[in-house]
Amino acid sequence: METAVLDNRTIELDKDGNLANRDDWNENIAQEFANMEGVGELNERHWIVINFMRKEFDAKGDAPSIRKLTKESGVSTKELYALFPKGPAKKAAKIAGLPKPKGCI
Amino acid sequence: MIATDANTETTGLTDAETTPKPIEKVSIIISKGSLEGVYPGLIMANGARMEGMEATLFFTFFGLEAVINKRMDNLKVATVGNPAMHMPTILGAIPGMSAFATKKMKDEMEKLDIPPVREFVEMIHDTGAEIYACKATVDMFHLEEKDFCDQLDGIISVGEFYEKSAGAEIIFT
Repeated sequence: METAVLDNRTIELDKDGNLANRDDWNENIAQEFANMEGVGELNERHWIVINFMRKEFDAKGDAPSIRKLTKESGVSTKELYALFPKGPAKKAAKIAGLPKPKGCI
Repeated sequence: MIATDANTETTGLTDAETTPKPIEKVSIIISKGSLEGVYPGLIMANGARMEGMEATLFFTFFGLEAVINKRMDNLKVATVGNPAMHMPTILGAIPGMSAFATKKMKDEMEKLDIPPVREFVEMIHDTGAEIYACKATVDMFHLEEKDFCDQLDGIISVGEFYEKSAGAEIIFT
């Protein structure tokens, strides 16, 4: 099992480099993932997306599609790609402490 | 002698030379105008952007229907000449059969959160992908720029398509 030192702790990661255990997640870890993914300093718009993804995952067991994210979080597709360049769904899921989304859309 | 040289060369390859490079850019051609002909290309373009790749969509021949304002909301599933529909041709030809199959497929896609064509084209354009129409087809069908949806970035020749596809994997659908 792969591990990484995040928030001054050794933390288990899954095969995609996302958290293996959601319980390890906190806001410091989110920021460290954001730095690693080239997203930079998380602002209030990033947090709307991250919190929406966490809520959706709790309810459905998978991260939401970009379409659902756009429709229900109030963050447009364009803004999503600006906030999380090069792959918003994948990056936001990682930062939110969730596994890589399974969906195709 | 030559064989020995070749062997030395092979074993001398580093990991960087033997590991395939990830795809960074795709150019997807959509050439068919049925619902099932259009969606695979749209899904692949959107998926490419989701993975952080650059994506360009090139609509040609009947594929243009997916970006023509008056047509894009009314694409239909082909029920004739498609053995995978598991429907005898004569049944597929009954009036209303294509509309029925189209309704069924649209319902299933909505369940999977796959948007209707117009919304999907808008969404893909918003992800930063570029959308072009093939000049030869546009001329052949006597179309003009105003016939297309707002997301169209231009009408380009095959040559320009290849230029824009520099460094890209080209996918024909």
